[in-house]
Amino acid sequence: MSTFWLVASGTLTGAVGPGISVLYAVYGELITERAGRINLGMEGCLLMGACFGFLTTAETGSAGLGVLAGMAAGGLASSIHACLVIYRNTNQLATGLALTLFAGGVTAYVGRDYVDSIIEGLNPIVIPGLADIPVLGEALFRQDILAYMAYALGPLMWFVLQYTRWGLSLRAVGENAAVAFAAGRNPAVLQLTAIILGGALAGLGGAQLSVGLTHTWSEGMTAGRGFIAVALVIFGLWSPLRGMVGAFLFGGAVGLQLQLQALGAPVSPFLLDMLPYALTLGVLAIWTGAADRAMPEGLKGILRTG
Amino acid sequence: MNPMNRLLRFYPALPPSLQRLGDDFLRQSASRAAFGVALALAVFAILLLVSGHDPADALLEAWKGVIGSSFGLSEVGVTMIPLVLTALATAIPTRVGLVNVGGEGQLYIGALTATGVALFFPTGHIWLMLPVMALAGCAGGGLWAATAALLRHWRGVNEVISTLLANYIAILLVNVFVFGPWKNPQGLGYPYTTPFEVAAIFPAIAETRFHWGFLAPVISLFVCYVIFNHTLWGFKMRAVGGNPSAARRRGIAVNKYVIAAMIAGGGLAGIAGMVEVSGIHHDLRPGISDNLGYLGLLASWLAGHNPVVIIAACFLIAVFLVAGDVLQLSVGLPSAAGLVLIGLALFFVLGLRRVERQAL
Repeated sequence: MSTFWLVASGTLTGAVGPGISVLYAVYGELITERAGRINLGMEGCLLMGACFGFLTTAETGSAGLGVLAGMAAGGLASSIHACLVIYRNTNQLATGLALTLFAGGVTAYVGRDYVDSIIEGLNPIVIPGLADIPVLGEALFRQDILAYMAYALGPLMWFVLQYTRWGLSLRAVGENAAVAFAAGRNPAVLQLTAIILGGALAGLGGAQLSVGLTHTWSEGMTAGRGFIAVALVIFGLWSPLRGMVGAFLFGGAVGLQLQLQALGAPVSPFLLDMLPYALTLGVLAIWTGAADRAMPEGLKGILRTG
Repeated sequence: MNPMNRLLRFYPALPPSLQRLGDDFLRQSASRAAFGVALALAVFAILLLVSGHDPADALLEAWKGVIGSSFGLSEVGVTMIPLVLTALATAIPTRVGLVNVGGEGQLYIGALTATGVALFFPTGHIWLMLPVMALAGCAGGGLWAATAALLRHWRGVNEVISTLLANYIAILLVNVFVFGPWKNPQGLGYPYTTPFEVAAIFPAIAETRFHWGFLAPVISLFVCYVIFNHTLWGFKMRAVGGNPSAARRRGIAVNKYVIAAMIAGGGLAGIAGMVEVSGIHHDLRPGISDNLGYLGLLASWLAGHNPVVIIAACFLIAVFLVAGDVLQLSVGLPSAAGLVLIGLALFFVLGLRRVERQAL
C-alpha cells in the first residue's frame, strides 16, 4: 500500500474519536443559537464536563456516574450564562468569555491533584459485523457509547427542531422573540432551557474527551474546542446534520495531524497542531456566503458582519 | 422594578430616609460595581470554606500581600501594564462596532516580532532598540488583527470567531519559533530564546519588577482619551459604530474606519507583547501571557470601553490576579483561585448593572 493510502485511511479512522467531543459542543451551541442566543462559554462548559467527569470517575470508579457529573457540570455552568444574559440582559459575548475564564479557574483549582492520573474510563464497544467493514467500520463502529449516542443525536435533533411543537417554538424565539411572545410562547423560559441544555450537551462532550477518549485530565485540555464548535455551527448553517460534517472535518484535521506526526513529517509539530484551527478558519472564509441567509434573525444583532 | 429591592426583602420596612440613601447608592454605577465585588468576595469566601480553608485567614493574607506590601503593589503595577494595553485593544474596535477577542493572539505575535528585532538587529543603543521593538510589536499585532478585519470585509467572516481561532494559531506560532529555530543553544533544552541584550530591556524601577514599560499604557491611554473625546476621528468612529449605514450616507469611509480601528487595537495588543518580553521575561518563551488578552477584553467591558474607567477595571483584575499568586505562596491555594475570583467579580458586576432594555 502506498504511503498516501495509509495516511488517508489513518486520517479517516482517527477522525471520529477527536470529533465526538466537538460534535457534542456543536449540538449544544446549535440549540443555543437556534433560540437566538450565543454562548462563548461553550469552551468553559466543555472544560467543566471534562474536569468533573474525570474527577467523578476517578473517585467512584464508575464511568457512567462520571459522564452524568460532566453533563451536570456543563449544564450548571451554562445556567450562569443563561441567567445573566436573559434576566440581566448582559452582553452575551463578554458573559460567555467570563464564563470560560471562570471555568478555567475552577477546573484548574479542583483538578490540580488529578493531573496526570489515569482512569479506566469508557471502553470502545465493537459492533459485530459493522466493525468489519474496511476503513469505515474501523472508523465508526469501534467507538465508546457516547460516540454512538452522538451519531443518533444529530438526526434526532434535526427531527425535534424541524417537526415538533417545542422545536418550532424554539426556532420562532430565535427568529423573533417578540412575535413568539405575542403567539403565546415564553421566550425567556425557552431560551433558558436551550442554553442550559446546550451547556449540558457540551459537558457531555467534555466528559467524552476526558473519560472516553484520553482517559486523562490536564488543565485546559479542551484547547479551544468550544470556540471551534461556535465556528462549526456557522459553517453548518445552523443544521445539526451539516454540523456533524463540520465536527468530523475537525476530527479529520486532528487525525491527519497525528498521522503526519507519526510519519515523522519534517515540520514542527506545532505547525501541524495549527491544522484544526486553520482549517476551521479556512472553511469559514470559503463557506460563509450562505451564512447571512441561514442565520437566525435573533443572532444578527450580535454576529453582524456588514 | 429595581432587582436589588427584590433581593432585599426587608427593604420596604426601612425608614424612608434610609431607603432614599439606598436608592442613591444603587443609582451610582460605581457603587453597584463595589457591591458586586463585595458579593463576589463573599461567594469566594464560601467556596474557600467548602474546600477546607479558613476564608478570613486567606483574605487577610491576600490583603496583606497585595495592598499592604510594596512588593504586592509593584506586582499589581506590573500586571496592569499589559492589561491596560489589551483592554484598549478591545475598546478601540468596539467604538466602530467590532469585537476584538484576539488580544491574546495579537499579544503573542507582537512579542514574536519584537523578539525578532531584539535577537537579529542588536544595536546596543537603548533609545534605538526599545522604540524599534515597540514598532515591530505594534506592526505584528496590527497585521495579525488586520487579517480578521479583512476576512470580515471580503468574506463576511465574523471577527469574534476569526480572532478567537487566530489566538490558538498565534500561540502555536510562537511555539514553532521557540522550540525550533530560535531556541537558545546554551539553554539546556528549555524552549527559551537567547536572552536579550541590555539595550533591549526596559530598565526596572526601584529594584522591583515594575519597569519603564509602564509608559506604553500611559501614553496609549492618553492618546485614546484625546482621540475618542476631542477629535473628529473619535466622533466619526462613534458614528460608524452606532449606525454604519447612516455613517456611510454621510460620506464617512466606514470600511476604512473599521479596518483602521481593528489594526490600531491589534497594534496596542502587540505592544503589550513587546512590553512583556522586554520588561519581564527578557527572552521569548511559551506562555508569556496567561489569559492577559481575554482579561483585558473583560476589563474593557467592565469599564464600558471608557479609557479612564479602564484604569480602575484593570487595577481590580490585577489585584485579584496577584492575590491568586499570594494565596498560592501563603495559604497553599492553587493560583487559579485568582481566576475564580475574577470570574465571580465579572458575573456580579456585569449582572448588577442597571438593565437598560428589559428582555422579553
